[in-house]
Order: sequence, then C-alpha cells, then structure tokens
Amino acid sequence: MANPAPKHDGRLLEIRNLRIEATSYPPGEPPKNITIVHDVSLTLERGKVLGLIGESGAGKSTIGLSSMAYGRGGVRITGGEVLLNGRDILKAGKRGIRRIRGREVCYVAQSAAAAFNPAHKLMDQVVEAALQHGTASRAEAEKRAKALFRKLSLPDPDNIGNRYPHQVSGGQLQRVMTAMALCSEPDLIVFDEPTTALDVTTQIDVLAAIKDAIRDTGVAALYITHDLAVVAQIADEIIVLRNGKLVEWGDTQQIIKEPRQEYTNQLVSVHRIDHQEKPATSSPILSVKNVTAAYGHGAIRVLKDVSVDIHPGQTLAVVGESGSGKSTLARAITGLLPPMEGTITFAGRTLANRLADRQREDLRELQMIYQMADVAMNPRQTVAEIIGRPLEFYFGMRGRQRDARVAELLDKIEMGKGFADRYPAELSGGQKQRVCIARALAAKPRLIICDEVTSALDPLVAHGILRLLLDLQAEEDVAYLFITHDLATVKAIADSIAVMYRGEVVRYGPKSQVLTPPFDDYTDLLLSSVPEMEVGWLERAISGRRMASAGN
Amino acid sequence: MQILKLIAQRIALGILLLFAVSVLIFAGTEILPGDVAASILGQSATPQALENLRRELGLNEPAIVRYFTWLGGLLTGDLGTALSNRMDIATSIWPRLKNTLFLAFWAAVVSVPLALILGMLAVRYRNGWIDKAISGFALASTSLPEFFIGYVLIFFFAVKLNWFPSFSTVHEAMSFGDRMKAIALPATALTLVVLAHMMRMTRAAILNVMQSAYIETAELKGLSQFDIIRRHAFPNAIAPIVNVVMLNLAFLVVGVVVIEVIFVYPGMGQYLVDHVTKRDVPVVQAVGLIFAAVYITLNMIADIAAIVSNPRLRHPR
Repeated sequence: MANPAPKHDGRLLEIRNLRIEATSYPPGEPPKNITIVHDVSLTLERGKVLGLIGESGAGKSTIGLSSMAYGRGGVRITGGEVLLNGRDILKAGKRGIRRIRGREVCYVAQSAAAAFNPAHKLMDQVVEAALQHGTASRAEAEKRAKALFRKLSLPDPDNIGNRYPHQVSGGQLQRVMTAMALCSEPDLIVFDEPTTALDVTTQIDVLAAIKDAIRDTGVAALYITHDLAVVAQIADEIIVLRNGKLVEWGDTQQIIKEPRQEYTNQLVSVHRIDHQEKPATSSPILSVKNVTAAYGHGAIRVLKDVSVDIHPGQTLAVVGESGSGKSTLARAITGLLPPMEGTITFAGRTLANRLADRQREDLRELQMIYQMADVAMNPRQTVAEIIGRPLEFYFGMRGRQRDARVAELLDKIEMGKGFADRYPAELSGGQKQRVCIARALAAKPRLIICDEVTSALDPLVAHGILRLLLDLQAEEDVAYLFITHDLATVKAIADSIAVMYRGEVVRYGPKSQVLTPPFDDYTDLLLSSVPEMEVGWLERAISGRRMASAGN
Repeated sequence: MQILKLIAQRIALGILLLFAVSVLIFAGTEILPGDVAASILGQSATPQALENLRRELGLNEPAIVRYFTWLGGLLTGDLGTALSNRMDIATSIWPRLKNTLFLAFWAAVVSVPLALILGMLAVRYRNGWIDKAISGFALASTSLPEFFIGYVLIFFFAVKLNWFPSFSTVHEAMSFGDRMKAIALPATALTLVVLAHMMRMTRAAILNVMQSAYIETAELKGLSQFDIIRRHAFPNAIAPIVNVVMLNLAFLVVGVVVIEVIFVYPGMGQYLVDHVTKRDVPVVQAVGLIFAAVYITLNMIADIAAIVSNPRLRHPR
C-alpha cells in the first residue's frame, strides 16, 4: 500500500487482507491456481461512497462481491476477513450469508437488462428481497418501491412496476434496479459499473438519480467502474486497483488532481491524442448520397436521407446514441441492408445495393472491424489462419509467400511472429482487436469501417488501438468510417464528423467546425454529457442542459 | 394482437397437417395390393361376386371421390365398418379410446409432476449423489424394455405380493376404485418408461437457464437454491420442457400397445393389434388417424404453450 489509509470511525464494512483465488484451465496444461486478489484491505464508513476503479482484471468486481460473500464463476475467497456491521460474514455459514444478501447488502449489476428475470413483472422482482427477509409486508414494500421509482424520476412511477423488463428502456431498467437495491433498505449497495452499458446522454441521468438516491437514503455504497470521470462525480474516496492489488487510496479530489502513483496518473491522463485534422479533398473515396434504409420491408425507417463523404486516407467519425442508426449506416454501405433509396459511390464507381451483386474488388477494398473482436474470429483457427484467409481469398497467396505476408502484418500490428500459432482464446482483448485489424489490412482495403472497435476495451488498451489505427492510416493511406458513441475517441481520431440522431445526420462537417459552437440542441446534449474529471461536473451539466435525452 | 395471430397460425397448421396425414393414410392403404372387396370375399371369390360387392361398396369410384367420401364420414363421426366382424368402427372404438385415455391420464398425472420435481431436485443437488441417483434410476428404468418392466411388476406385485391383479381387464360396470386398482400396474410401467426423458430435459433446460445473469441477481437477494430454481429458472425453461412433456403424453396414448397387450387392457393398442392381424384395413385407417390426431394436437399444445410462456409475446411493448 502506497499511502496511509484515511482515518475512519463508524465503520460499516471492513475488509482485511482479502485473498481471492480461482483455478484456471490453460489449454494443453494442467489446471493451476491463480490469485485474483492479493491481500487487499479497505474500510467504508456508514453513508459514504467508496469508488473502486481499475481496468478489467483488476479485481474490482470480485472485491465488491466479496462484501456479499459471493464468488462469481468458481472464484474462491481463500483468506482474510470481511467485517460487515462488526461481524465476519465469511464465517456466517450458508444460511447466515443468505440473511445478509438482499437485506444488509444489495447489488446493482452492470447490465440491468440481463439481471432482471424476463418472466416476472418488475414490481415482483423489486419487492422480492424485502419479502424474502420479512422486512416489510407486500403492501409496504410496494409503497416504498413506488416512492423510490418517483425519487429515481422514472416515468409513471405508480404503474411502471406492472411492466415486464423488455417493456422498459435500458436506462430506466438501470434505475429500477437501483430502486430494487434500495427497497429492502440495506446498509450497503454494491454498484457494479451501473452506467457503463448506457449511452452518455442516458448515463448522466442515471448517475444523477443514483447520486440523489444515495444522498437521500443515507445508504453506503461501493461504486465499481473503470471510468474515473464517472466515479469522481459520486465517490467520497477512491481506491485504484491493478491486477488484484491496491495501488492507491485517497479522497476523490486527491486521486484525480494529485495522483501519487504513476499508474493512477496514467489513468487520469488517458486518451489524449493530438490529431491534426486533414482538409477535405475534391474526390471522396466513398460518397453516400440521400440514402434511406429500413427494416421489415420498409416498415421501420432507420436511416433517413443520409448523405456523407469520406476522403482518401481520412477518418469520418459517426457519433450518436444507440438506436441513432450508426451501425445501420455501416450495414447499408456494406450492402448487408440494401438501401431503399439513394446511391453509394465508392472509388468512382456506383456500388450495387445488395452485397450479393457486388464485385470481388468492391468487397476487398471495403473491410470491416467489429466491436466484439472475440466473436468476430473463428475460435478454432490460429492467428495465422485468420489473417491468412483474406490473403488466399483475394490474392491467391499460398505457402511461404502467405506466411511471409502474415508475419509482415503481425509486425504492423506490433505483435511478434510468436503469435502466429496462437488461438484467439489465448489472446487479450486488445490483442484480439489487433488481429482483426490485421485481417482487415490483409485485403489491402481503401476503406475500413470500424464499428465501436474500442468500446469493449479498457481505456489504456483502447488508447493503444487508436494510436495503431492512426499510424496505419499514415502508412497505408486507408480511410476509416469510425462508428462510436465515445466523443473522446472522436476528438482523437476524426477528420470530419457526422452526428446522428434518430436516423438522421443532424450535424456534419470537418471536426473543428462540428466541435465549435454554436451547437444544435442535440450536439450540445451529446457534448455536455461526456463526464469530465472534475468534482461537481455532474450538477453543472444537469443544470445547463437544453433538452432531455432520448433514453428518458 | 401478434400472439393471437401466432396461435391461430399454429392451429391452422395443425389442422392442415392432420389433413395431410389423412391423405397419407388413405394413399398408403390404396397402394397395398388387393382391395376391400377381395379381402372380404377371400381368394375363392368369383369375378362377378367381386364386381357386385365393389359396386355395392362404391369401390369403382375414382380414388379422389372415395377419399372425400371417407373424409366426409370421418368428419361426421362415421369411421366406417370393420371388415372382420361387420361392426360399426366408431361404436367399437369409443369405449376403448376412453380406456386408453383413462390409463394415459393417470400415468400422466403421476409421471409429469414427478419428472418435473425430480428434475428440479437434480438441479438443486447437481453433480452430487442425489442428482446421480435420480439420473441413474430414471435412465435405468427407461433403458429397460417396457415388457420387461411389465413382467417384473406383475411378478412382484401381482404374483408374489398379490396386491394388484395381473390382468387389467376393465369393464363398464366396474367402480372407480376397482378401475384404479386394475390400472395401477400398467400405469406404473408407463410412468417408469416416460419419466427419464422428461426429467432429463427438465434438468438440462433449467441448468441452461441457471447460467443467466438474473439467477445471480436472485442469489444476491438471499433466496434459497430451491426458490431460485422454482421461481426464477423454471418459468424461463418452460418452452423446451413442455415440448418433451407433450411428446411423452402422446406416447402414453399411442405407444401403449405393448403394455396393453401384456396387461390385457382393453384399449386402443390391443384393438389395433387385433385388427392388424386380421388385415382389417378400415379399422387400421381409423385408429391410425386417431393416433395421428393425438400426436398433432399435443404437439400443437406444446407450441402454443411455448408461445404463451414467452413474456415478450404475451406483453408486447
């Protein structure tokens, strides 16, 4: 531990020398024991919020869940003590633990959409824990739940409980889950990345609702996230974790303004890439003209009269919330969803609407990279086979010639030859995405569509991928259509920007122009919703907003 | 309403399928050599007698016309006349169908809840000795041929212990209690035959659901394992379970031939076997169609149950 822990009284939770282990089964090797959390200690006072931050694999969720004596996916708590309200819950036994879960400690999951049972009404699930522990009668619990729905500014608080999870939006579900956690009036709530899966514009509302609810009910919270700017809005103190070890522990202000550890400093100063905007050329590589596309035989129009240009060797960033039509634009360009109206011109030739009608050259010169790198690769093929496939398919390369080119591509994505014989399962998230980039590059494309390629990655890893993409653009003169909801990424990589809202392009132009006021209402909302690493940002942002977010 | 449309589609498909099966059954017996007149009069019949009988039975009409005559009869409850004893098929089938349904009903009443509960228990104690014992017992009882189980039951419970009769003959005059006593052994044998399939499917379907994030939510609310399985896992596993349950219910009605013969139970199976040996085509046709109708109806119910159990379809946005 780097610095002395702040002084505490009135302790609610005290974790001492927590050690958590799991058994891993590496392919072709005997199972081995790995330690996920190394002797971490922390304390949390009543009514306070402690942020746990770190990248994936830091052990933040594992530590959070240990406060409920729960190990996810075969994880074992093998050492230390977890004192809750003065007693060690690890020694409470199965029944004792059940009496604590849902009563003294409640949990809010990252994806409320998955964490709610699709077969039951929301109200039944919200009051379930309170009824289970006998802390309230059904009528009392429902009354409390409705009051909480109102406090969390859910629409129609008296009746929303009669709905099923699929009838409510993601941002609303996340708030209902917070109400569910608060309904049994616990002493502690574990928030496990509660806003990470949401759009920025929705995130800000949910964050504000959670913050108000914590303040008004006086519940203590462990707030787990990888986003320092988010945790800065809500936490009193922050613990930085890395590889299961505690790196730094301090006040929120101290952590974000005067980090004492190098790693914290890296986290605080992440995503700063200065990218010089390139001017538009006279002949765009891809020109989308008045494209309208719909699902269900024209029933649901998801793209309305969209026109954008991409210039050779440049990046067009398409930003917007989920459901704004960003990915549908990519599907229309690739021909997966043939447009109903409009034309798409690529390298001077008009592209056939349907994928099946396109020439092999069109396919080769227009490649895609996806958000989920691990599902975009065949798990039974090695890296060399994955990258070699487009070489065989488009260029007819075989044997040594192909292997040499694969090695060259691996070199380009800053991975050595040693990776050629590995399987996707043996790679980290960032390495998988690099292999996908190499596969796209193998076809020597003139345009790559990048669909949220950094969204599933940790900030530091995402930073590396963005750097790589920019370097490759300079070397190969390839253009990118970069789909993202993350405005920091846009600033780092784009030459021009299209802002999409409900299937339409609401703002489009060179980056400098799009990001310079005066803004239209939606762009203003989008820009002002990006959390800043500043205590008090949330309140200022909420009060300065001109329009409500679409997810509301 | 989307859901009503889906259900109406299923029902329409079921009816269409039933008509297709009736065509198949009719065509199948049409392809067989010889016709009903030849079967009735035997090999020594004169061509003139055959011709007369054919005219009398309407066999000289084109196949299409005869098919629709047969179908029209079916729809109005006239299943035709048996060749072997010149009896009206409908009147002789009805009491036997009732007997078969009676046996199937009580076998289902025991086996379905038992299979579901055993399946849930197996999930609750998964990979432990209770799970293994349940699976072992269920698989063993399914692997044994039903005639073997039947004779073992007769040997112990009828011959040795004398608790139940070894012949399960039932007749109109019997009281309900006597009837139940008579079908105790065949119903037990049937239960043992269908139990494992349903129980294994329940176990697998629930285990599949147990991977979901909402199961973790339930665990973190402090619910007990069995409550989690019953309240949170089972409702989401209904669709696959119902399918297997219905398949087994259909087996209870149409697959009981062996059991009925062993226990001399006067049901459809025995009736069918009797008339197959006598080459009584109209009876085989009628029984075949009834069995097909049972299969199609039960599977249709399974499909509809799967639709109705899906909250997304029941409560559209």
